[in-house]
Amino acid sequence: MKRLITLRINGIDEEIYAEPWWPLSRVLRDELNLIGTKEGCEAGHCGACTVLIDGKAVMSCLYLAIKARGKDIATIEGLQGNDGALHPIQKAFIEHFAVQCGYCTPGMIMTAKALLDENPNPTEQEVREGLNGNVCRCTGYTKIVDAILSCGGKPKN
Amino acid sequence: MQFDYLEPRTIEETVSLLSKFDGEAKVIAGGTDLLNLIRTKIIRPKYVVDIARIPGLDHVKYDDAGTLSIGALATIRALEMSAQVKERHPVIAQAAGQLGSVAIRNVGTVGGNLCHASPAADTAPVLIALGARVKIAGPAGDRTTALENFFAGPGRTVLERGEILAEIQVPATPPDTTGIYFKHAIRGAADLAIVGVAVVANFDGGRCRNLRVALAAVAPTPMRATAAERLLEGREPDHALIEIAARAAADESRPITDIRGSADYRREMVKVFVRAAIKRVLPEENDRDNEIATAIQ
Ligand SMILES: Cc1cc2nc3c(=O)[nH]c(=O)nc-3n(C[C@H](O)[C@H](O)[C@H](O)COP(=O)(O)OP(=O)(O)OC[C@H]3O[C@@H](n4cnc5c(N)ncnc54)[C@H](O)[C@@H]3O)c2cc1C
Ligand code: FES
Ligand code: FES
Repeated sequence: MKRLITLRINGIDEEIYAEPWWPLSRVLRDELNLIGTKEGCEAGHCGACTVLIDGKAVMSCLYLAIKARGKDIATIEGLQGNDGALHPIQKAFIEHFAVQCGYCTPGMIMTAKALLDENPNPTEQEVREGLNGNVCRCTGYTKIVDAILSCGGKPKN
Repeated sequence: MQFDYLEPRTIEETVSLLSKFDGEAKVIAGGTDLLNLIRTKIIRPKYVVDIARIPGLDHVKYDDAGTLSIGALATIRALEMSAQVKERHPVIAQAAGQLGSVAIRNVGTVGGNLCHASPAADTAPVLIALGARVKIAGPAGDRTTALENFFAGPGRTVLERGEILAEIQVPATPPDTTGIYFKHAIRGAADLAIVGVAVVANFDGGRCRNLRVALAAVAPTPMRATAAERLLEGREPDHALIEIAARAAADESRPITDIRGSADYRREMVKVFVRAAIKRVLPEENDRDNEIATAIQ
């Protein structure tokens, strides 16, 4: 039976009627039209669905929406500043040609955000290990790693 | 997938729900294993009992005697990142860091990893090698048992009707203890182990004391390689003895052939990684072949 739940997404409280078995990715995409978050494998393996929950990277396909009540959820849609400016990680992905088809990109960027918030100046090895749950079918990863490394040392926001 | 979602706030309430809905209810902690089992229709529970909102079950802390208690809801990431664990039981943090991706470790719990009872569970070998015990809460109150005896088969534990895993307790180790967890997997942490090997030991004038060898993914449950341990205990291992012990571990493993490797390959890899792990834990003066261990890793 559907229940009324409140989820705090990108700083805004959203009320949704959700089945208890719905993964967060489904609620984001199908109920709230936040389709920046992608679904690939729906089994925790590809990272396309990565969002931040209380600042930590989480696979939203494998996380029940109902579990996320009372937590802070951040999706790719919330990264842009109020003035519409892209986040520095988003800019870096563009500058380094780290996007091809773009399907993995939101998950990559959210994973990178969590990684850089925790470790503002990561080594290449740390970036590669941090991305081990995110699959990119196009780029071969090198450009993505370059983009993230280029953000190292910059103040976080 | 379809289920009713229940959200008890205490262990007592959880135990009574699980007792009442025995066979129809499944516990969910992080859900990284459970939701995949439900999604693929391997199980179809009528009720899913979320224990994540029970307070006080996610601690990672040491008592005065140096015993580490890990709440069943502690995440794998919490173990990996704990400064105290890194200092006092570094091999636990090292193994935790080899489980899945950060996003999986942020959500997956230690209790879930053990209760899912995969033969390849990456937290099991080190915890077994360190002599961990588990506290089980149930209708008749609490009981504890050695983690080594917690597993009953692939996907099965000794938990009985109404019982949940509440805590994992790891005794203090002598100051000079060393340990290592080797996870042999195609895609490193992101993949399940083909073979997992944990070795923990301390040394008394070069002689092995309390040497423990525990293996993952090479038997129906995580297991101790006691024949290998006995060969080494009290001895000063040289190249030949290490070879014999590694062979013994391979002989006592009971691997199967599956998508990740054949039984023969796994047995061979038990030998290779037990040998490497023993060499790695040896004190410097015994450490004749460390470069081999390094080359293999
Ligand atoms: C992409 C991916 C990669 C993974 N990689 C690895 C890996 O490399 N190594 C590895 O070992 N595992 C891996 N896993 C498996 C999984 O993430 C871990 O086993 C995790 O620790 C499970 O914890 P959880 O809290 O999510 O468990 P859940 O899914 O919530 O629960 C797992 C099982 O345990 C039961 N349970 C949970 N807690 C309790 C309790 N306290 N008392 C009684 N029963 C309980 C549940 O009913 C269920 O049957 C991976 C999973 C995914 C999806
Ligand atoms: S869609 Fe969630 S990890 Fe692939
Ligand atoms: S850019 Fe296409 S999957 Fe990564």
